[in-house]
Amino acid sequence: MIAQQDFMIVSVLLFCIGLFIIVSKKNAIQILIGIELMLNAAILNLVAFGKFDRANNGGQVFALFAIVLAAATTAVALAIILNVYRRYKTINPDKINQLRD
Amino acid sequence: MTMVKILFCLMAFVTLGSALVVAAGRNLVRSIFMFFVTLFGLAGLYVLALADFVAVTQVVIYVGGILVLILFAFMLSGKEALDKVEEQSSKFISLKNAPALFLAGLFVVIMLNVVFKAEVDNLPWIHRAIETHNVMPVDGTGINEIGVNLMTRYLLPFEVISILLMVALIGAAHLSRREGANQS
Repeated sequence: MIAQQDFMIVSVLLFCIGLFIIVSKKNAIQILIGIELMLNAAILNLVAFGKFDRANNGGQVFALFAIVLAAATTAVALAIILNVYRRYKTINPDKINQLRD
Repeated sequence: MTMVKILFCLMAFVTLGSALVVAAGRNLVRSIFMFFVTLFGLAGLYVLALADFVAVTQVVIYVGGILVLILFAFMLSGKEALDKVEEQSSKFISLKNAPALFLAGLFVVIMLNVVFKAEVDNLPWIHRAIETHNVMPVDGTGINEIGVNLMTRYLLPFEVISILLMVALIGAAHLSRREGANQS
């Protein structure tokens, strides 16, 4: 069997790659991809520990919920990005610095 | 080294490698498609954690839904955005990325420390689960219990999340509507 620790190490590395993408990228869509990577790292932990909960399936069921929530988040975030692009003609978060028109 | 272990190492390598390519690449389209590979690798890891159903859901929702959505948003945001992206510095390790690299490195050190100190394989509740045979079966019958639990124990979160999903989708459809269509 695979040790839990291996899953957690993979998840830690994935989380930090996501963090790196979020901090360093200059494009809203790439930042969104970084957020998805961090979410996936969390889901990997849920699934890895869900292996030891056969009766209640806590980990796996909440991994499913987290995946669905990530889908909802992405849909709204992409709608916002499209609106921002329509208004500012750029999706670089550093250049979007005013609240009013 | 058993077969499972080799497969795990392969999947972890595919996942982390493609995630690194996503982080290093400056071409947005390429990084989106490498993200696709990352998601498939993660689905493989879920299978190795005995969660087949979650893996299939991952492929269906992430690869089928979110990735197509991201591609659409990217294509709709036009050529200028693409040109802006190309101007980004091409190197993975450059002075501009130094703060991000520093932050991510510190997080790796801290979290790996936490993982090693926590000794996740010796947690008392995991020992108890192994003693009482509360571990997911390898033959794929664990999926039955997911179905039963989803409709009994987790019915309230299930319904709440379905309402939230509907609200989010209506909100997204409303947000992405063109302004001109409002007046007509």
